[in-house]
Amino acid sequence: MTPLLMAQLVLTLFVFVALLSSSAVMVYVERKVAALLQQRFGPYLVGPSGLLQPFADVLKLLFKEELRPGAADAILFAIAPVISATAAFAAFAVVPFGASTTFFGLLSEPLRLQVADVNVAVLVIFAIASMNVYGIVLAGWSSNSKYSLLGGLRSSAQMISYELSYGLALAGVILIGNSLSVTDLVNHQAGAWFGFIPRWSVFVQPIGFLIFMIAGIAETNRAPFDFPEAEQELVAGYHAEYSSMSFAMFFLAEYINMVTVSAVTVDLFLGGWHGPFLPESLGWIWFLAKTGALLFFYVWMRWTLPRYRYDQLMSFGWKVLLPLSVINLLVTAAGVLYFGV
Amino acid sequence: MGSDALFYVFGAIAIAASLLVIAQRNPIYSVLLLITSFGALSGLYVLLDAPFVAVIQIIVYAGAIMVLFLFVVMLLNAPHEETPYDERVHPLLREGPTRFGGALALALVAELVWALTRRSGSGAFAGASASSVSAIGRSLFTDYGLAFEVTSVLILVAMVGAVVLARRDPVSRDRTAAGGDR
Repeated sequence: MTPLLMAQLVLTLFVFVALLSSSAVMVYVERKVAALLQQRFGPYLVGPSGLLQPFADVLKLLFKEELRPGAADAILFAIAPVISATAAFAAFAVVPFGASTTFFGLLSEPLRLQVADVNVAVLVIFAIASMNVYGIVLAGWSSNSKYSLLGGLRSSAQMISYELSYGLALAGVILIGNSLSVTDLVNHQAGAWFGFIPRWSVFVQPIGFLIFMIAGIAETNRAPFDFPEAEQELVAGYHAEYSSMSFAMFFLAEYINMVTVSAVTVDLFLGGWHGPFLPESLGWIWFLAKTGALLFFYVWMRWTLPRYRYDQLMSFGWKVLLPLSVINLLVTAAGVLYFGV
Repeated sequence: MGSDALFYVFGAIAIAASLLVIAQRNPIYSVLLLITSFGALSGLYVLLDAPFVAVIQIIVYAGAIMVLFLFVVMLLNAPHEETPYDERVHPLLREGPTRFGGALALALVAELVWALTRRSGSGAFAGASASSVSAIGRSLFTDYGLAFEVTSVLILVAMVGAVVLARRDPVSRDRTAAGGDR
């Protein structure tokens, strides 16, 4: 085995473990930030200032009984959470999180900080995101419960509606970067205008960024768009009948999807690992900081904004966001044609 | 060597899944097996050095069209196909439809034989490489521009047709139930 192949394997394993632990961190952050915004303490008993709370949560879930409704479709009921978790992990495979590095001369050739370098990476992310809906829909249907089914159907309707705007917002960045590889798109954002404004896509595509953020929140079923699991109406939505580890898988998938969407947003709109003060080899620190900021924003949104009504979500998606993203794409295309980026 | 083995793996999955699609009684399983088959097909596209086509296959067919299929199957709530044992002869098993189906099958076999024996290079992609997105885009909007536009008009017609069929007839609607929304 060549050292590079070894390094690649280690990197893959690292990304897997990092994603797993990121969801644990996010559980803690979510509870702490929620407490902060509601003037409570949040978890503080397990470990120093409650740091071990996620582990306690996981242990509790592990020891719970695995229940399955009698009228459920056994095969699909078992497969659905697996599809959700797999899709969540798979999407991050093509997301680069740092510049190529030799690890301070440890390797003879530079290694890309990315599990798989695909030249159509942007589309791969989009394709896997569209696979995500199956886990939720199948969970909703196979549970054979009206709350689950309603949650699943809402989710698929929501994801189909917002995927269009999501894709069209991506297309604007692709046009400007003239590539489908995320690494190329990030490198296109290196440097600064007039020496102080970073050349990030968000400054060229502000409307695209806004559309991408909104559609991203809708895609990950987060508040204020968390209709698939609206507690007050649907008990818990598509995972109402799930318990123990299969519930944990949906939970895991939700948080990993959040991390992935934030990481993709950072890569495509916020300059990825490029930033001032740090050398290129330490760019992953910038990447982490930006992704963390976006994740905090997600949590902040959830505990600040109330849920919209379902018809509001639908009419907003089709009558506002979609026309806006089409216009944004047309203007971007015209600009690229005129200025020849 | 490795890609040969992968070809057989993906090919076997695609064929097995496609056969199972028509062998299922439960339409939801059929839909899922069809998605599996599409996934295997997109693996074959990757082996053919066409990652763009592979990803588009997933996005368009597995990600968009099949979700709508699943949606329709679930909303119709048809967990099991109707098996009319009480009828002595199923309407599709009567003489006329069987003969028609046989003729169609023969035509399909004949077309396949014709297509497979006629192996000239005319079907090859003219662009630089099938993986180049710009090459695909250029030939789609220049050489095959007419076919592309005709297809989109066809889809538009289907959409308009679906809306017309699904729309409630305003005249026959119960006016008392309609209340004030009209």
